[in-house]
Amino acid sequence: MRDQTKPEKLLIIGAGMASGRMLEELLDKAPGAFDVTLVNAEPRGNYNRIMLSPVLAGDKTYDEIVTHDDAWYAEHGVRTVFGRRIVEIDRAARTATDDAGEVHPYDRLVLGTGSDPFIIPAPGHDLEGVIAYRDLEDTETMLALGAKPGAKAVVIGGGLLGLEAAAGMAVHGVDVTVLHLMPTLMERQLDEAAGALLRRSLEAKGIKVVTRANTKEILGHEGRARGVRLDDGTEIPADLVCMAVGIRPSVAVAKAAGVEVGRGVLVDDGMATSDPHIYAVGECVEHRGAVYGLVAPLYDMAKVLAARLAGDVEAAYEGSVTSTKLKVTGCDVFSAGDFAEGEGREEIVFRDAARGVYKRLVLENDRIIGAVMFGDTADGSYFFQLLKDGTDISDMRDTVIFGPAFAEGGSADPLQAVAALPPDAEICGCNGVCKGAIVAAIEEKGLTSLAEVQANTKASSSCGTCAGLVEQVLALELGDGYAARTIEPMCGCTDLTHFDVRRLIVSKGLKTIPDILQALEWKTSCGCAKCRPALNYYLLCAWPGEAVDDNQSRFINERVHANIQKDGTYSVVPRMWGGMTSADELRAIADVCDKYRIPTVKVTGGQRIDMLGVKKEDLPGVWADLGKAGFVSGHAYAKGLRTVKTCVGKEWCRFGTQDSTSLGVQLEKRLWGSWTPAKVKLAVSGCPRNCAEATCKDIGVVCVDSGYEISFAGAAGLDVKQTETLCKVASEAEVFEHVEALLQLYREEAQYLHRMYKWLARVGMEHVQARIVEDAESRKALADRFRFSQSIFQIDPWAERAKRNVDAHEFKPLAEVA
Amino acid sequence: MEALVSDWIDVGAVAEIPPRGARVVKTPLGCVGVFRTADNEVYALEDRCPHAGGPLSQGIVHGRSVTCPLHNWVISLETGEAQGADEGATASIPSRVENGRILLSREALVARAAA
Repeated sequence: MRDQTKPEKLLIIGAGMASGRMLEELLDKAPGAFDVTLVNAEPRGNYNRIMLSPVLAGDKTYDEIVTHDDAWYAEHGVRTVFGRRIVEIDRAARTATDDAGEVHPYDRLVLGTGSDPFIIPAPGHDLEGVIAYRDLEDTETMLALGAKPGAKAVVIGGGLLGLEAAAGMAVHGVDVTVLHLMPTLMERQLDEAAGALLRRSLEAKGIKVVTRANTKEILGHEGRARGVRLDDGTEIPADLVCMAVGIRPSVAVAKAAGVEVGRGVLVDDGMATSDPHIYAVGECVEHRGAVYGLVAPLYDMAKVLAARLAGDVEAAYEGSVTSTKLKVTGCDVFSAGDFAEGEGREEIVFRDAARGVYKRLVLENDRIIGAVMFGDTADGSYFFQLLKDGTDISDMRDTVIFGPAFAEGGSADPLQAVAALPPDAEICGCNGVCKGAIVAAIEEKGLTSLAEVQANTKASSSCGTCAGLVEQVLALELGDGYAARTIEPMCGCTDLTHFDVRRLIVSKGLKTIPDILQALEWKTSCGCAKCRPALNYYLLCAWPGEAVDDNQSRFINERVHANIQKDGTYSVVPRMWGGMTSADELRAIADVCDKYRIPTVKVTGGQRIDMLGVKKEDLPGVWADLGKAGFVSGHAYAKGLRTVKTCVGKEWCRFGTQDSTSLGVQLEKRLWGSWTPAKVKLAVSGCPRNCAEATCKDIGVVCVDSGYEISFAGAAGLDVKQTETLCKVASEAEVFEHVEALLQLYREEAQYLHRMYKWLARVGMEHVQARIVEDAESRKALADRFRFSQSIFQIDPWAERAKRNVDAHEFKPLAEVA
Repeated sequence: MEALVSDWIDVGAVAEIPPRGARVVKTPLGCVGVFRTADNEVYALEDRCPHAGGPLSQGIVHGRSVTCPLHNWVISLETGEAQGADEGATASIPSRVENGRILLSREALVARAAA
């Protein structure tokens, strides 16, 4: 008989999310009732395994996803044995032995062994460099690969987990190939057409996808994986092979001990196994024929088991209705619920091929049991709610696919749609924040801004696509107090603000101006001279390489790449890198002026030469001659990079501390050709005497002995304003990355025609520094996006027109009439 | 027959003007802007904004209006009149489209000198 004065010995095998939650509940319900020992094969305690993908993608660190740290276990008197695997359970003796030989006695035992990744038993599967995607070690292995230049990886399995692994590694520059046995990616959730959309979206991120790929062998060299061979003989080189083809309950130890198992460890409604002293919880469990892999049912089980252990003999687990949201990093895909075909199941499908939008609802008994969306996932939370609530949709069946505004007969006012959401409707999918939590935070803490909500609830602090929703919750809560501070509509064609429109372009996957006008219900047939240039810019910024530049939506100067003058002639400013020129260049300019009888030549404030009074039809000829001398467009007409002004720096100047001229030239070579919300002028000064006047530019760099001071948001136009300090860096390479990231952040966030100082005034220095200075991953990602955009847009528009006849119609009259 | 044809001057094909765009027809009395809307309607205006003489043909075409590139006056393509708070009008030249060709009124082109 057990000594009643001493607490019972509770041994828990596995420190996963299910046993972790059970432990929390138990310690809460019956503190001190058990003497708890926790054994875990991973060398750590409980962490939020769902968040491994954000860790891989660089959005989170391990520390941020830890649920129970050492201090927590110590505080709650839990003895931990980490990094050891239980190899044997002796049910008669009530002991379990770990792989170090230590014997752990128990009165009650909880199996929380989770599941094992399925490893394809192909030859070579045991080589070094073949991993699953299951735990932090796997994640770290993949992250480490990203640090290696030119690294290649193969991911076997094109389901959600595999695609998360692929997308995560691709973010870090790994050359990733996904092998999928089936013809369609995520075939359990998507049909062929949607699978193709997903595939295209992954390929746009540089991920290669091979479907119908049957892995024959993992190739090795000196014990390490070096590639994969398919059954058709194709060989794909790889430094790392990640198998993500599925999981199955981990039952080996239980089975060996004679505990009854089916697919998982069999339990009754009280979570007890066939041995009344042994319980099981989580993914290793089979209950009433069902095996669960989602977190909600695991938590349900944990709660029941904790209650049972605490003495509540009534607590019973009766199974869970599973539904979950899945998201592939950076792809607009949403999937919830059940998609299997079955008798009595019907589906509603919506497609818009041109916009790349696909939505599918699976219905059973007039209720949504599955929802999948691609390209436009804005209505995801609405469908998810209908699914969770088991709402009978027969009354709105004809229109439910069009989302809440349409289906429920309400107006298309997004505010009303948000107002209609119940408190448990999820607003932020990344961080699992529901509307009620945001409302409570606003009320209790007096929050008044998006940034405050982000800081206090984490809502909208990961991918940010729900920022608009959060703002709408704010507007609902604060009423006019919030609405009054929002910005006015873009123009008379719409009630939406610039920021609404930018957000919706991305969240709805809008890729052309007609798409925007249609989807956002523009009041005019084709916009106006105010909104069209803004929309054109927003599209080019959001979808580089995909959106097609609409010339007819550009102001004349950007359409013909010269500056219109009051008499209808144009001025031409060739680029002089960093303000440097040469005798040959000056001679070419002089020749052009003579040949085309250009009446006025002027030195500009940005250290270059302006030729004024050029007839429009002469522009291609002028550009051709300038091009022969090596000139490209100076973009003096563009909402884009204008000049990079420099001083001579330490090359000549007795005070110079760095080579400011060369730095300016290098910056200009990286940044030229980029389209931005408004003009962007830079300057680099070689010492704090600041002869290049860097501190009144959009971005200024001032060289000092120990490095480079980067500041931005200056102006010397309508408003005169000194720049504000971003940070100081030590090397030119850091200057490049910081400036590119800064420019990209501005490109992505600013309202069209707002120069940097107006953008800064709106978003605040704290925000900019958080993204550019404090978060190296964010900075790198921004700089990478900028560089990708430059790979598309950095082309000389003059050469295109002078040599390749682009837009020839612009420069010739339609007819001449005598 | 010949007299009828010569009342209208063929200045080119509709397809030679981008939708929501414009081209210029040069005449001894100055340029005429020929505009094509998103709905493929064609309009012709004296290529001078009533405000400061800006070349309307270089502006952004939206609906049945064009915004002057110099100071953003919005001019009706149908009437040549300034829209909104601005006042003034530029001459409108009657035009028609036949078999994809743009025809401008010879009479109106010549009469501009008097205007």
